[in-house]
Formats: sequence, C-alpha cells, structure tokens
Amino acid sequence: MLRKRIIPCLDIKDGRTVKGVNFVGLRDAGDAVELAKRYVREGADELVFLDITATVEKRKNLTELVEKIAREINIPFTVGGGINSLEDAQAIIKAGADKVSINTAAVQHPELITEIAAEFGSQCVVLAIDTKLEHDEWIVYIHGGRTPTPLRAVDWAREGERRGAGEILLTSMNNDGTKNGFALDITATISAGVNIPVIASGGAGTMNHFADLFQQTKASAALAASIFHFGEIAIPQLKQFLRQQQVEVRIQQT
Amino acid sequence: MIAIVKYNAGNIASVKNAVERLGYNCSVTDDEIEIRRAAKVIFPGVGEASSAMEYLRERKMDRLIRSLEQPVLGICLGLQLLCRHSEEGNTNCLGLFDTSVKRFPTTDIVPHIGWNDLKQTRSLLFDGFGSEDTVYFVHSYYAEICSQTIATCDYILPFSAAMQHRNFFATQFHPEKSASVGERILGNFLKL
Repeated sequence: MLRKRIIPCLDIKDGRTVKGVNFVGLRDAGDAVELAKRYVREGADELVFLDITATVEKRKNLTELVEKIAREINIPFTVGGGINSLEDAQAIIKAGADKVSINTAAVQHPELITEIAAEFGSQCVVLAIDTKLEHDEWIVYIHGGRTPTPLRAVDWAREGERRGAGEILLTSMNNDGTKNGFALDITATISAGVNIPVIASGGAGTMNHFADLFQQTKASAALAASIFHFGEIAIPQLKQFLRQQQVEVRIQQT
Repeated sequence: MIAIVKYNAGNIASVKNAVERLGYNCSVTDDEIEIRRAAKVIFPGVGEASSAMEYLRERKMDRLIRSLEQPVLGICLGLQLLCRHSEEGNTNCLGLFDTSVKRFPTTDIVPHIGWNDLKQTRSLLFDGFGSEDTVYFVHSYYAEICSQTIATCDYILPFSAAMQHRNFFATQFHPEKSASVGERILGNFLKL
C-alpha cells in the first residue's frame, strides 16, 4: 500500500532556516542541514526547502546549501522559491535536489512547466498553487500571496497537469497559519480532479487535522512547518496516531 | 572503486552521495576502461527511455554495459533499460531481463510517487529487510513480473520492484532515497 506522506517545510534565507524554529537539542536551530537531519531521523517522508532570499547574489548560497543537503540526507527533497527559469531549475537539480517547486513563474510563463518536465521528467516538477477563497471561487495568487490572478485553482491545477507537472502543492491562504485544519473542500476537489499527487498545505494545528485530510480527500501528502518546528506535533507520534486512524503511513524503523 | 555510469540521465549525484555515505570511493564516469575495472557498477537514472538508449548506442555504451561481468545495479530508469523493450518511446532496450516495460494505466494517480512496501523479496539484496520496511518509488512506467523478479510491489497492479539475472541486479525504487532501509539494500549490493 502506497503510504500517505508527511512533509515538513523549511524556510531558508541566506542559507539558513528562518522563522519558527524552536528545537531543543539542536546544536544550531538555524542550521537548515541540522534541522533536516533531525526530521529524517524522526521519519519525515520528504522535505521541502523554500528559499525566501530576496537578492540574486545571495542565491548562490542556495546552490551550495542544496549540495550540502544532498550529501547529508537520504530521503527526497524539493527546493522552491524564486525559480524563474529553466536555468534556475537546472542549477538546483544539478546541485542534488530531487524536485523543484515553481509558483509565480509558472503562472507567468506556463511553458516553464513543460520545459523542466521535458529536461528532467515530470516527477521533478512540483506546481505550487497558493489559493484564496473569494466570492465562492478559489482564486490563484502569486508573488507569495500578494497578487491575485484571474485563474481558478481547479482549472490551473488541471492545466499544470496537462503541461507536465508531476505533483501539485496546494496551499490554502485562508487556512495557512490558522491552525484550524486544512482546506478540505478545495483539496478534495483538486485531488479528485487531477490524476497526479496533491500535497496539501496550510492550516495544520492538530493530529486530527491530518487524519481529516487523508480520510476526506484524495491528498497524497500533507505539508506543515511551524507545528513541527515548534515541536507542537512530533512526527513519530503523528504517524502512530494516523495509523490508529487507519491511515497508511510509513513508520520509521530504528 | 565503484563506477557510476555517466550518461544523459538525471539523479546521478544522489547515488554518488549515497555510495560515499556508505564509505566507498566512487567515480561517475563514461570511460570504458574505468567501468570495466570497477569492483561494482551502478547504472542509475531518472529520464526518458528512448533518448537514454540512443545516447548509450551512439557511444557504444550499450555493448559495454551488456558485457560487464562484475555485479551491476540498475536503478529506476536503469532497471527499465536493462529490460527487453519499453513502451516509453517504443524503445528496444538492453535485453538482459526477459520482460518488457509498460505505462501504468491511469485508473489511479500516475506517477507512482512515495513509499511503498515490497513483497516476495528473494535475494541477498534484501538481507535484513523487515516486513514493515518501505522504499521510495517515483515512476510512471513499470517492468512486468517475470522469472527474474526478486521483489514485487503492488500499485495499480503488481510489478517488478527488483530483478536479478546473473550479475545484473536492478531496483525500480530508489535505494539512495529510501532512508536507512535503502542504505542497507545499497550496502548489501556493495558487499556482494
């Protein structure tokens, strides 16, 4: 049985993790590699690194960081944030990332999805969709949630699939940061409307929220950040809980 | 020395990293002499079958790979290229495994991405593999089960998760991305 995946997301700035990291026992809680290794030990199924570095020159640090992560961790990882061209994607994948996540650039230049898929395969391309419910429509936002687009999330997910995306990373802006649970309705609609895996993101606050997600939608994976970083939910306990709820997850053998 | 075959397929860096984490020296190379002299050869890859085969044929690497006598491990696309034929690009492959590669029917999500279990494991490769253990897959094409299958996986339908013929081993999953379980499988191969 294919297992549902639990994916911690780490924000990276200038080669370090930022925001919401409060781990006891890490030598340096700001060190992305140390944090990543900890999640691997705890049984994370994949990792996502989101680069929020603003300046171009500092992005060189990112490639070096990706090389270091690839040397040290033995599970798949995705890198996103500021990937605007095939060249950006090439640099990240050559540095050792398994997948790249594209968001704003994909909306502005949808052919980028196809270009990356043609060179590295669809499994390398994660289409990240930030969406917000407005007047009963889930609208796609870009520029880190600052700019609305005319696209409906369902249509855009289908188009992304058609253009060669291998997975959809769906973030509900209404739910993100609320800890009130995932956006079950739009996640159910999109995960039933495409034939590629959907990773749900935004709103996880309790272990029950993960169970609800996997029981009420076809999502293949759940992504969360702060609840893991602050130790509010520990991955091993989350997985034991999900297994008790009849959700098939991978339990790390030690 | 472990040789990792260099060709136009991706994901080779992760295999090198994984071999080095296990404490082996390795070289990513397309040099015939270096590959022939290597203690073990790994034939990895994520990519498209027809362009990969064309690349190998143009450089006569198809004959080289077929004639290797030391233990060889194909991974993912590597496994598929060691089969007889692939539906992907209607490609004649290396023909070491007597089976063909088909696309998953789209009755469920394709690609098959994530952690899944293995059944009917029968090989030294799976020494120490536990019934709860899972490995990481990412693929849209699969090899049909045949007499050379040494592990199966069930996704949409049962398929070959690993195969062996003589000195040729192959896994559809990615041991280099399958955490400690994958490290053990890779380690078992490197110790052969």
